[in-house]
Amino acid sequence: MSILVDTNTRLVTTGITGSEGTFHTLRNREYGTQVVAGVTPGKGGQNVDGIPVFNTVAEAVDKQGANTAMIFVPPRFAADSILEAEEAGIELIIAITEGIPAHDELRAFQVIRKNGRARLVGPNCPGILSPGKANVGIIPAAFFKEGNVGVVSRSGTLTYQVGNELAQQGFGNSTIVGIGGDPVPGTDFIDVLRLFQDDPETELIVMCGEIGGDAEERAADFIAEHVTKPVVAYIAGFTAPPGKQMGHAGAIVSGSHGTAAAKAAALEARGVQVGRTPTQVAQIAMETLGVR
Amino acid sequence: MDLLEYQGKQLFARHGVPVPSGLPARSVEEAVAAAEEIGFPCAVKAQVQIGGRGKLGGIKIAHDAEEARQHATAILGMDIRGLKVYEVWIEGASEIASEYYASVVFDRGAKAPLVMLSTKGGMDIEAVAAEDPGAIARLHVDPLLGFQPFHGRRLAYEAGVDTDVVRPVGEMLAKLYAAFVAEEATLVEVNPLIVTPDRQVRALDAKVTLDNNSLFRHPENAELRDLSAEDPQERMAHDRGLTYVKLDGNIGILGNGAGLVMSTLDVVKGAGGEPANFLDAGGGSKSDAIVSAVEVILSDPKVKAVLFNIFGGITRCDEVARGLVEAFEIVKPTVPFVVRLDGTNDEEGRRILADANLPGVYTEATMDEAAAKVVELAR
Repeated sequence: MSILVDTNTRLVTTGITGSEGTFHTLRNREYGTQVVAGVTPGKGGQNVDGIPVFNTVAEAVDKQGANTAMIFVPPRFAADSILEAEEAGIELIIAITEGIPAHDELRAFQVIRKNGRARLVGPNCPGILSPGKANVGIIPAAFFKEGNVGVVSRSGTLTYQVGNELAQQGFGNSTIVGIGGDPVPGTDFIDVLRLFQDDPETELIVMCGEIGGDAEERAADFIAEHVTKPVVAYIAGFTAPPGKQMGHAGAIVSGSHGTAAAKAAALEARGVQVGRTPTQVAQIAMETLGVR
Repeated sequence: MDLLEYQGKQLFARHGVPVPSGLPARSVEEAVAAAEEIGFPCAVKAQVQIGGRGKLGGIKIAHDAEEARQHATAILGMDIRGLKVYEVWIEGASEIASEYYASVVFDRGAKAPLVMLSTKGGMDIEAVAAEDPGAIARLHVDPLLGFQPFHGRRLAYEAGVDTDVVRPVGEMLAKLYAAFVAEEATLVEVNPLIVTPDRQVRALDAKVTLDNNSLFRHPENAELRDLSAEDPQERMAHDRGLTYVKLDGNIGILGNGAGLVMSTLDVVKGAGGEPANFLDAGGGSKSDAIVSAVEVILSDPKVKAVLFNIFGGITRCDEVARGLVEAFEIVKPTVPFVVRLDGTNDEEGRRILADANLPGVYTEATMDEAAAKVVELAR
């Protein structure tokens, strides 16, 4: 098993004819993901290396049975694309696009929550990889193999770093979920923790947080009440100064809020071990599950 | 993007939020002329983004032109907690009967705007929230519905504002919410929101944070500047499209991806070093971006050694290596570099570096080893 993406995933990419959209869609297909369609308004009837292109997401759903959308359109059009996918009945919308206006995100998220029929992951996320089954997004799949560690992270490259440390200790992954670095992620730690808790293949969960907001603190409370599987956490930004936005829109310490120390303390108070470096995370995982 | 007080007040005024009338000034002469136009008594307020300016001598009341001149002379150019004052805002002095607090913020947890109102204005709201959370009335707004008049009344009654100003306070909240939405802000805060002895409500201060991602829809906001907060290296990096944050140490840092760069700063600090900057070269960094990044990092004279920490996903390590070779040709650095390359095309990247045999460039296999090495070199 795995979560969110697997062999049943039928992917449509919005913005498939852009250079990044094409490149990553084809890489996802090469990995084995069932890519059934692309959407670019005005380019319906064309194809991208054999993948049919439609003018609307609704057509991609009707004609190809797409159930998962990957959003690759530029920021100013991305919320529209997310809402189009939602209205077309797509169940899982994975938004890779970085730099979507915050108020656009808010409206899109509220519509999705109100209608209750789709899940949004991202935006500004690297996507989701279930090794051996499907890859949707830009995660370099070659570094990961199938296994029993679920990873959820706010940051892309940090995920690769932690995943690579785990791989060197012999661990594989059930699923790697990048929830993205924006202030209002469509799916947060708690949503993914719940899915991993219910996934029989996942035996240990690694959670990579960073400064800003209180998602890690809320996750700590959730873990204490609802997660029986071991969780190892990592928080980036212990040395980040207050008031400076560290790259991600969501990564900022404001006043005394959102510090890495506060997040680590909240997690540790609820029995979650926190690695101080990515290397330490892998060591804790090894101590918890035993050497593979 | 954080606005200065006067920029925030001008933005408020566009949305009908009542603010004291005022004028900005960048020189003593401008300040005196502004004071004479506004009338006396007036406040001369330093425009820097720092709480508690008043206590640090950044806000003074002038009763005549001579006093306005003295205050402007003292305040313009002064240093307030490391920020230099380039501008003052001259506004009519307000008489205060009551001080309230009002804000609209992006609540990440609830994924909705949160409107807050309290009668405990004029003080640090975080302290109020910690000591007396019941003193702050809160309301999440459904962005699809918007802020309704009854929301304003409900907050005003819950907060316990004086009954004769329930309506004007509620109306001010509605206007603040309208400004928050129309200008695509992530924070709009008024502290204090005052009631004058003749029962007028006014925003006496303004704190506004705008969403950088939406500035393309607000060209007039994109042009706003805060000279006091601009660091020359940060300016240079911004102009080149790099994400750079200046820090206090002597080890230059470059990585790809915000989370990995933050993690790199932590690991370097853990190894006993002091990072000089945060620099995210971004996904898919091409060699010219690397050249620009090296120039920005080395433009900080404190930098004694530089660490490249790359985990290639979209970013290809060979591109990074080529960029570094190119940067050495153009910039000719005199400080040592430690390079850790992992991920996409890492072997080719390391081979390019080995072939180039650049002076003072060390390669390390892991992030921990690379951090230890760069700390040693910076000593």
